[in-house]
Amino acid sequence: MESLLAILIGGLFASAIYMILRRSIIKLIIGLSLLAHASNLLIFTISSTVRGKAPLIQEGEKHITEAVADPLPQALILTAIVIGFGVTAFTIVLIRQVYQIVGQSDANELTLTDS
Amino acid sequence: MNTLLVAPILFPLLLGLLTLATWRYKKVQELINVAGAFIFLYIGFRLVSEVLNNGMMHFQAGSWEAPFGITIIADTFSAIMVLITTVMAFATSIYSVSSMKNKKRLLSDMVGKKRQFAYYPLLNIMYMGINGAFLTGDLFNMYVWFEVMLISSFILLSIDGTKKALEGTFKYVTINLISSAFFLLGVGFLYGLTGTLNMADLAVRVTEIENQALVTLVAMFFLVSFGIKAAVFPLFFWLPASYHTPPISIAAIFAGMLTKVGVYSLIRVFTLIFIQDVGFTHTILLWIAGLTMFVGVIGAASQYDMRRILSFHIISQIGYMILGLALYTPLALAGGIFYIMHHIIVKGNLFLVAGLANRVKGSFEIRNIGELVNSYPFLGVLFLIPALSLAGIPPLSGFWAKFFVIKAGLEVQEYFVVFVALLVGLLTLFSMMKIWNEAFWKKDPGKAENTDQVIPGLFNRHNIFMTIPIILLAMITLTIGFFPEPFFQIAERTANELMNPSIYINTVLGGTQ
Repeated sequence: MESLLAILIGGLFASAIYMILRRSIIKLIIGLSLLAHASNLLIFTISSTVRGKAPLIQEGEKHITEAVADPLPQALILTAIVIGFGVTAFTIVLIRQVYQIVGQSDANELTLTDS
Repeated sequence: MNTLLVAPILFPLLLGLLTLATWRYKKVQELINVAGAFIFLYIGFRLVSEVLNNGMMHFQAGSWEAPFGITIIADTFSAIMVLITTVMAFATSIYSVSSMKNKKRLLSDMVGKKRQFAYYPLLNIMYMGINGAFLTGDLFNMYVWFEVMLISSFILLSIDGTKKALEGTFKYVTINLISSAFFLLGVGFLYGLTGTLNMADLAVRVTEIENQALVTLVAMFFLVSFGIKAAVFPLFFWLPASYHTPPISIAAIFAGMLTKVGVYSLIRVFTLIFIQDVGFTHTILLWIAGLTMFVGVIGAASQYDMRRILSFHIISQIGYMILGLALYTPLALAGGIFYIMHHIIVKGNLFLVAGLANRVKGSFEIRNIGELVNSYPFLGVLFLIPALSLAGIPPLSGFWAKFFVIKAGLEVQEYFVVFVALLVGLLTLFSMMKIWNEAFWKKDPGKAENTDQVIPGLFNRHNIFMTIPIILLAMITLTIGFFPEPFFQIAERTANELMNPSIYINTVLGGTQ
C-alpha cells in the first residue's frame, strides 16, 4: 500500500512540476493544485497507513496496544484541503481577470512588472 | 484564558468585521479603523510591557496540555514583532484616510467602492494573520496563519485591478503557493519524524532522532519555504516584480511587515528546532545573507522608480537580518533583531514618503520629477531621516543596527561577509542619494505622468493625514537613533531567550524537561 502511494505521490509531484513549468497560466494553476494534493497525500502516507483500526482504547485497557490509524495527519490534511480549495478558487478568478485585462494567457508574455 | 495574549489576534478580526459592516459609510469606516488602530497599538504596548516585566506568557487553546493542544506563546521576540505590527497598522490607518482617495477616484466610481469594500476589512484580517504567525507555538497553526495572511494579501495586492497590479499579483500568488507547498511538506516530514507539531516539543524530539541528516534535509524545506517569503537571495524575484504595483499604503505595509514574517519564522525555527547541525545550516545561511545583501543593492542601483528602488532595498536589508541569524552568537542575533525593529519602521516610512512625493508631484519615476526640496523643504527632511537611517549614517537607528551586526561578524572573524556588509552600506547610501539628487535637487523636467492627480501642499486638508504618520515614524527612527540603549537591551534579552531554547521549552511544556 505504502509503496503504491509513494509511486502515486512521485507521479503527482512530477506532473505538478511539469504543469507549473508550462507557459499557459491555466496549466500553471492546475500544476499548483496538483502540487497541493501531492503534499497532502505525502502527509497522509508519512504517518504510516493502517487500515480499519480506529484510534480507540479497547474496553478494559489502559492504553492503545496495537498499531492504529493516526487521526492527526488526517485532520491536518482536511485543513490543508479546505485552504487549498479557497486559494484555488481565488487563483481561478485571478487568472480570468488577468486574461481579460492583460489579454494574455502566456506566462512568458507577462513582463509588464519585470524590470 | 489570557485575554491579553489572544487580543492581538482577535482584535483585528473584530475590527475587520466592524469595518466590513460599515463599508457603505466611508467616514464611519475610517473613524472606526483609526480608533481601532489606536486601541490595537495600546494592546501591542501592553503585551510588550507585560512580557518584559513578567517573562514569557503562554496559553493552551482549549486547555489541552502542551504537546497535544495548540499553544499560543509570547516571548520577547513575538511581543516586539506584535508591537511593531501595531505601530505600522496605526501609521497606515491614518495615512489611508488621505491616500485612499484622490481627485480621479471619487467615492462614486467602481474602484472607489471596491476599495472601500475590501481595503480596511482585509487589511485588518491580514494583521490578524501576521500576529497569529508571531504568537503561535505550533508549526501547523503557523501554516494556517500564513494562509490567512496570504489570502488577504493576494486580494489587497490586486485591489486596483490595473494591468500591472494583476500581473504583479499573479507572480506573487504563484510563488507563494509554491512556498506554502514546501512549508506543508516540511511540516509533514517533521511530523513523520517526531510525531509532534508543537514547536517546543519538536525542539526536544528532534535531538532524539538517530539519523540527523534527515532533520537537516527537513530543515532545507523550511529554509526554502521561509526563504521565499523573506525574499532571500535566489528566491527573491517575485518581490521587485509585485511590490510596486498596489496603492502605496498597501505597499508600505507589505514592505514593512510581510517579508519580516518570513524572517521571523526563519529565526524561530533555526534557533529553536534546527540547531543540531549549525555548522552546515548556518553556513548556508551565511552565504545566503551575503549574496542577498549584495544582489539586492545592485538591483536597486539600476532602477529609477522610487518604489522599485525601495523594493530592492528590502531584499538587501533582509540580508543583514539573516546575517544576524547566520553568525549565531548572542550579539549577532541581538543585532539582527535590532535591525528588524529599525528596518520595519524605516522601510514603511520610506514608502509613505514616496507616496507623498507622488501625491505632490504626480510621479514615482525619479527621472520625471525634480526640485522637490524647493517647494517642500520639510518633505526633504522627512525623506532624509529614514533614507540616511537606511544607509546607516550615525546617529540614526540604522547605524546602530549595522554596527551591532558588523561587530558580531568581526568577533567571529567572518571578515569577508563583514566587508560585504560595509560595502552594501555604502551602495545603499549611493542609491538613497540617487533618489535625493533626482527627485529633490535636480531641475524639474516636468514630465510627471499623473499631473491630473496632483494635490499640492503637505498640511492642507487633503494631505495632512499623509504627513502625520510620516512625522510619527520619523520620530520613532530618531528616538531609536538617539537612545538606542533600551532598544538594544530588549534585543539582547530576545537574543538571550533565542540562544537558550530551554527557557521557551520549559515555559510551554511546564518544566517537565
